[in-house]
Amino acid sequence: MLGCSGADELFDVAVIGGGVVGCAVMRRFALAGAKTVLIEAAPDILAGASKANSAILHTGFDAPPGSLECQLVQAGYREYLEIHAAHNLPLLETGALVCAWSEAEAARLESIVAQSRLNGVPGVRPIGAMSARALVPSLSAGLVDAIEVPGEYIIDPWSAPLAYLTQAVALGAKLLFNAELLAGHFQGAWHLQTKAGEVRAAAVVNAAGLYGDVVDARLGFTPAFTIKPRKGQFVVFDKAAARHVPRIILPVPNETTKGIVLCPTVFGNVLVGPTAEEQEDRTRATVETQTLTALMRRAAEMMPALEEMPVTAVYAGLRPATETKDYRVACRPEQRAITLGGIRSTGLTAALGLAGHALSLHAQFGAALPAALPLVPPVCLPNLAESRPRDWQQQGCGEIICHCEMVTRREIEAALTSAVPPGDFGGLKRRTRAGLGRCQGFYCNAKLAALTQGRLHTPLAVPAESG
Amino acid sequence: MVNAADVIVIGGGPAGVAAAVELRRRGVERVMLLEREADLGGATRHCGHSPFGMREFGRVYSGPAYARRLTVEAERHGVTVRAGHSVVSLHDEARLTVACNGVVSQFEAERIIVATGAREASRAARLLPGGRPVGVLSTGALQGYVTLHGLMPFRRPVILGSELVTFSAVLTCLRHGARPAAVVEALPYALARAPASWFPGLVGVPFFRGATLLDIQGGARVESVRIGHGDKTRDIACDGVLVTGHFVPETSLFLSSGMGLAQGARAPAIDQDGRCANPLYFACGNVLRAVETGGWAFREGRAIGAAVARDLAQPRAMRRQDPPRVPVAFEQPIKLVVPGYVRAEDAAAGALGEFQLRFIARVRGELSLELDGVRVWARRGEFLPERRVLVPMPAALHAARHIAFRFGEG
Repeated sequence: MLGCSGADELFDVAVIGGGVVGCAVMRRFALAGAKTVLIEAAPDILAGASKANSAILHTGFDAPPGSLECQLVQAGYREYLEIHAAHNLPLLETGALVCAWSEAEAARLESIVAQSRLNGVPGVRPIGAMSARALVPSLSAGLVDAIEVPGEYIIDPWSAPLAYLTQAVALGAKLLFNAELLAGHFQGAWHLQTKAGEVRAAAVVNAAGLYGDVVDARLGFTPAFTIKPRKGQFVVFDKAAARHVPRIILPVPNETTKGIVLCPTVFGNVLVGPTAEEQEDRTRATVETQTLTALMRRAAEMMPALEEMPVTAVYAGLRPATETKDYRVACRPEQRAITLGGIRSTGLTAALGLAGHALSLHAQFGAALPAALPLVPPVCLPNLAESRPRDWQQQGCGEIICHCEMVTRREIEAALTSAVPPGDFGGLKRRTRAGLGRCQGFYCNAKLAALTQGRLHTPLAVPAESG
Repeated sequence: MVNAADVIVIGGGPAGVAAAVELRRRGVERVMLLEREADLGGATRHCGHSPFGMREFGRVYSGPAYARRLTVEAERHGVTVRAGHSVVSLHDEARLTVACNGVVSQFEAERIIVATGAREASRAARLLPGGRPVGVLSTGALQGYVTLHGLMPFRRPVILGSELVTFSAVLTCLRHGARPAAVVEALPYALARAPASWFPGLVGVPFFRGATLLDIQGGARVESVRIGHGDKTRDIACDGVLVTGHFVPETSLFLSSGMGLAQGARAPAIDQDGRCANPLYFACGNVLRAVETGGWAFREGRAIGAAVARDLAQPRAMRRQDPPRVPVAFEQPIKLVVPGYVRAEDAAAGALGEFQLRFIARVRGELSLELDGVRVWARRGEFLPERRVLVPMPAALHAARHIAFRFGEG
């Protein structure tokens, strides 16, 4: 954290926004030897668009050919495959089926195969409804046709950015939370006013997601785009559903959205979503009973076995859509500013690609970064994925606090004292899975309140009444 | 390492302890009780309010004191208690995978009794709308805050529901320095009987019946809820939402082990001795149906413990056979029937002498029991959801090939 002397320090790069993109940019610049600082408005990372997505590592098979999005999704995909093992990040190599549920949808499959060829995604091929149902026997008999995309995988959407940022911190990065950017002025260097004090930096990267246009304006730029939040609601089914969904079940995408996906999670659940609902509000992502019911109905249409499946969790997220579909990346070399805007559904995959892209744009600034450190400290995250050994299976783990997700006291204490500790309860859940299971805190919420006293920005237990 | 016992009981609440004690009382040598928490008692550990123990121990205890009494009973009767042991999965041949302090091992027995209790359905499982700020929790969690940790999650909650547990939660709040802003029930009537349902009014807490939760609002913490009441919407300022009732059996072990659950109850399908589809497994207490009192669970545990002791005493050859199970048929508005099966050849009285029924909605009409198409029992009246309906098991039940509950409205 920044001390009182923060304003005297000149950072090479200030990254605004601690979503998955900001975390990846922090890592990339820190690896390049830059002195970095993260400016985040919320008490924790992943507070906006990045906290709620479908956790798919995309191949870019359906991205617009030749687009920046396509290029960066594929770069991010490759880099994740290179680094995930070193950071102990999970990878569920499920593959995906793009399923057509009508003749009209089936007619579009051919163009998707052609598009994936253009995008250089290997192995995408039509397999027909019969073979699809042989691969995923629980798929409804209503399936008309399908194509296979073997490279689409599932990852942990929260541990990955946490690993990126933890890597940056290990290389000396500073983090500022509860530090909404108020204004910025460029006079040879950036003077950034935040709610947590002033920060000086040679260059700035705007990775503010749902506030990308607002941050551009506060930096004194005329925003090149307007964020139009697009809400997505999800339903998470009980782990008993997992055996029905061995692969990612994708719909045939349309112009505005990738559509409603049915997929496994690394935590052993199955999720269905997202919806695509335009709204004005940039912070509130509410769930609605009718919409959730419709999602469950859709899931049961695709897979009748899910009809009576208990629901573990529901959530909603906002995607920072803009007027157009492509990423809104801008580089202003005179002011040493880069904007990574309009990063929608594919951001989880593209983050590492965007980070590399930002570094190459930064090279145009002519501001040399110090040499990269020859030795990069290893950053290994605790495993939360069901497919690999968890802490409760390791000797001496102690008490299990969250019985549904089998989260140990040792894991919770480790998260609370980690290099990037949780700022709020959501952050603790994302780092440990505590409270994310079937009972949603019926058994463990009180224990978590006791364990986290004095540790979270919004405490679970309210202060005792005085007097 | 293999850990073995004659009978392993999973869950150290009233039902599990009663079953384990009864097995010991009937001379079963090695009875092991697995409890994932550090202490026995189950939900009673944090029920600081209710009177427990009158029928089983002849005196009144608070929840935590009752939990301690269960511990004493288990020890006194020579039950091998293993606390801090989490059962991870059930296996067909009466074998369990169990984790304790990072050691994962196999436990084996002649019979397994599952007594994992019930919990309130989460806000998510109930598909409640709104944002997800801090401060939304269940009554079970609230009780944990106040009883086990001396904490409070809010000062002015809106409380959803109208079951007994709802009004008990109002009392818990008042006793611990919180003042509920309102009690909100979606149905046009209270699920709990008077006088419990009068309680909010008596203590000056507004009680909205027929009111729908439309939104939970707030940034980091709950700031208000929006409800629809008649054709009006109303915002109620609050700092938390307590989601009460809607108990569901804690069936995680059955779900994750691929053992089937009964229709309606979402619980293991048992016969009149508490025996599951796999005859090496039994179940008792609130895992069978949500939700009954601790005393009810205790008596059920004792009865099913006795049935397991009888089952063990049968010659081995007889055990191998799987006598026919006749399903008990029913349709909505009946929500569940326990037991869901009757073991046909069992002429002797089973552990459960009555069928337990529940309804999904308030209905008026005639409930009847038919054996092989012949009506043997009927009762006309009004039936409410979340209320138990008991139907005595007729003597002819064990010979019946078709057992069905019928309901005719009007």
